[in-house]
Amino acid sequence: MHHLLALAAQDPGELAKGLTAVGRGIVYGGAAIGPGIGIGIVVGNAITAMARQPEAAGMARTTMFLGIAFTEALALFGFVLAFIISG
Amino acid sequence: MLALDFPPISHLIEWPTLFGSGAFAVNKVVLLMWLAVIIVTVFFFSARRAALVPSGTQNLAEAVVDFIRNDIILQTIGSEGLYWTPFLLTLFTFIFVCNIFEVIPIIQMPVTARMALPFFMTMIVFFIYHFIGLKHQGVGGYFKSMLFPPGVPKALYALVTPIEFLTFFFTRPLSLAVRLFANLLAGHLLLATFAILTAALFSATYVGALIPGSLLVALYGFEVLVAVLQAFIFTILTAVYIGGAMHPEH
Repeated sequence: MHHLLALAAQDPGELAKGLTAVGRGIVYGGAAIGPGIGIGIVVGNAITAMARQPEAAGMARTTMFLGIAFTEALALFGFVLAFIISG
Repeated sequence: MLALDFPPISHLIEWPTLFGSGAFAVNKVVLLMWLAVIIVTVFFFSARRAALVPSGTQNLAEAVVDFIRNDIILQTIGSEGLYWTPFLLTLFTFIFVCNIFEVIPIIQMPVTARMALPFFMTMIVFFIYHFIGLKHQGVGGYFKSMLFPPGVPKALYALVTPIEFLTFFFTRPLSLAVRLFANLLAGHLLLATFAILTAALFSATYVGALIPGSLLVALYGFEVLVAVLQAFIFTILTAVYIGGAMHPEH
């Protein structure tokens, strides 16, 4: 920590740049956790539904894509936000 | 030591102006958008002369119309939604052509990876579904079914109404635009990253490029899937929003 502060005193621009990069990584990584779990649940349940009732597979697939789209949007917000953050 | 210079993002998606200036500047992306308009128009006009035994273009066009009709509109809106077939059909084919530019050699720039086009299309969809809601349910009825969904305990409206308001006026259009834009931007960056990595490894070691190179080919296939899927998702969500505005929840 001391070392970091000394570095910051030397060249604050460089530290800000590094911290921005770290922040971008955290933003995208954090935003991907929830949707990752969510898409897993959506697809898993859709597969269960298709296996139980193959004749309704078309409907399950359409609904699955809708569910994925809604869930995935959150991860994409994080992705875009990671670009918006600038040091 | 491998010298890997990753260009800044702006180099990958911002193209120099070819002619014009200010708001009317024309660059590669604008030209591609015009090309997409021409492709879609020519495609449907060449399929217009209906032959009894369809062939070639007409077959493909009929398959697309059939897909929009049976798999999107009838599934989400119902038969009253067939009025919107031309709109959704144009939306789907135009977005698809704009997306597929991502994987066509030499072009390799999805038009939808620039926010302007998804945002514009989202604004059209936004105004259309609110207009339909107002037309079908009246001003009072539309806002009532939008902001005060039935079957919710009275006290919960303090929580539900602001959320519904945000959903209808903010989250829906934002997520519709950002979903298309971010998917294509991510795909474009992914392909660029792997291409740069492959090139760098190839010039350094030859053999080392094998793994990222084969991954790059696989990603190309994946991006074709994404191009189709995102066009489909944009269209079906538009249909869902239009259907929701037509038939209020009971």
